[in-house]
Amino acid sequence: MNFDLRLPVGLMFTLFGLILVGVGLLGGPELSEKSLGINMNLWWGLVQLIFGASMLVPALRGRKRSQTRDHDDRA
Amino acid sequence: MTHIHLAGVDYAILALYFIFVLGIGFALKRFMKGGSAFLTSGRSIPAWVTGLAFLSANLGAQEVIGMAASGAKYGIMTSHFYWVGAIPAMVFLGVFMMPFYYGSKARSVPEYLKLRFDEKTRGFNAISFAVMTIFSSGISLHALAKLLETLVHWNYWTCIWASALVVLVYIFLGGLTSAIYNEVLQFFMIVLGFAPLVFLALKDVGGWSALKGKLAAVAVEQHFDSGAWTHSWTHMGSALENPMGIGWFGMVAGLGFVLSFGYWCTDFLVVQRAMAANSMAAARRTPLIAAVPKMLFPALVILPGMIAIAMHHADGGKFLPLAADGTPDYNMTIPTLLAKYFPSGLLGVGFTALMASFMSGMAGNVTAFNTVWTYDIYQSYIAKDKSDHHYLWMGRYATVFGILVSIGAAFLASKFNNIMDMLQLVFGFVNAPLFATFLLGMFWKRTTGHAAFSGLLIGTVGAALFHGLALTERGVPGIKGGWIAQKFIFHSEMGQNFWMAIVAWTACFTSTLLISLATRRTKTDAELAGLVYSLTPKLKSGNEAWHQRPATLGAAILLLALILNLLFA
Repeated sequence: MNFDLRLPVGLMFTLFGLILVGVGLLGGPELSEKSLGINMNLWWGLVQLIFGASMLVPALRGRKRSQTRDHDDRA
Repeated sequence: MTHIHLAGVDYAILALYFIFVLGIGFALKRFMKGGSAFLTSGRSIPAWVTGLAFLSANLGAQEVIGMAASGAKYGIMTSHFYWVGAIPAMVFLGVFMMPFYYGSKARSVPEYLKLRFDEKTRGFNAISFAVMTIFSSGISLHALAKLLETLVHWNYWTCIWASALVVLVYIFLGGLTSAIYNEVLQFFMIVLGFAPLVFLALKDVGGWSALKGKLAAVAVEQHFDSGAWTHSWTHMGSALENPMGIGWFGMVAGLGFVLSFGYWCTDFLVVQRAMAANSMAAARRTPLIAAVPKMLFPALVILPGMIAIAMHHADGGKFLPLAADGTPDYNMTIPTLLAKYFPSGLLGVGFTALMASFMSGMAGNVTAFNTVWTYDIYQSYIAKDKSDHHYLWMGRYATVFGILVSIGAAFLASKFNNIMDMLQLVFGFVNAPLFATFLLGMFWKRTTGHAAFSGLLIGTVGAALFHGLALTERGVPGIKGGWIAQKFIFHSEMGQNFWMAIVAWTACFTSTLLISLATRRTKTDAELAGLVYSLTPKLKSGNEAWHQRPATLGAAILLLALILNLLFA
């Protein structure tokens, strides 16, 4: 089956990471009150972003590789 | 009551998650060409995916909410459900049992019973399993809707129909593969959604040593030794010394052996994930890969419960909401922590993770149901020898039917609490003896079909009789036991359940053994090749790297589990 699960998992967490980092940077300081004064959205957003990218990047590379291989096969 | 206020960004995260869940279903639709692709994934999935799905399919309502509740109620003894009641059985499945399940080409656990024993043993297992999964799916649905109604004041029936519809769409389109892929998504969601919660709560309570001090006060207040919440083995000498009300033998034999092996090694809901793997090696690695995160899950689900009860005690009983009888409402542990520590944004992720855990539990049940229905009931008794395409059609409509019945079961659960307790009790009777049948069937070629079937019946009746004779100290005879007479008195319901399992297993094991010796074998050695240990050529795993060999990997996992047990003893 030609379906790489790393693609949706990576993409979803990259998007979640970007949203959280955005809220962390743009949201007011009152957002940190609940999380013991730590800007948790920013930090955990970065963690999700790194996790998402570490899934997404190899998946995209693999996809490119298999496409060029298909192309070579046809040629 | 705990209330969670969701902001726009939280709804955006929730919506994005559902787009991915449904998107996976749509993306897989084009691969669903026949019944085997739909119901067994055509045995095409890599081990890391089936491994995480194996774990996630079990992450239903009971896991996240229930284990946190147990963590608050019983402390670190709850870890026995992992380091004793799961890891050894998962290793046993991967190392010893998977070669027969996968190698026999059976498409389901009941079908293995048909190949190994006979039609009646399969029928008994298939029908009881089908009924059970569909009701479990309904219970998951009910629990989710009730929780959402309490937390975010969404309408109960809107929640039921909406979550049922999501699960229906992605399974209808992409079958088992879609359920498995979504389970992996849900796995990451749960880990990445709850890890920061544990971090914040642990930081707030003052770290592990401060937590220990606060839990000592909780234990002393309930008249236990001060270490009762923070030591998993020290207080297991007798059932009176610990909050679970169970001694070490009942726990190890009842939970660690009978119930745990019965669930992890024979329940098609989890075994189905391993059967979908793309090779024998991948199938055997599936439960072993699952065992690694499983071992660490107590930090994610039990620890928050322990922190919550420590805080509840420290602030004079205000932290957790109270149930009608004045005790803390333990099931509100995770929602309370979410509402307290997570700001908008992260709250969306945590809340979505909570919903994801319920839906993965429901989807797991639905996919196990449609396979057993289509292959073990429909193909066996109603429409034999149809095309693969016909069974794809049946599998899809079994999904629709299964989900409608789940909604009906949720309705029953919301109206009559007793019916659900009764059903779960009956499932308990049927499940308790199962592992004895599989153990004898797989490892003793002399076990006969008549013996397996009658052994299962005797074990089930044995469980029911024991239940009728046993009761807890303050229990009222009836659904909780003791409806014949009160012969055996236990300190806790858990102790009563564990001992019921031990009795049922022993009854099934001895009767299957004796009846096998008294009846004639109906299957020849040649027919049993690939199904029984002594008649199957040993698998060679010589050219795999050490970390890919099931036996080596299994031994390493058991050693780690032992270390964890000793560390928190």
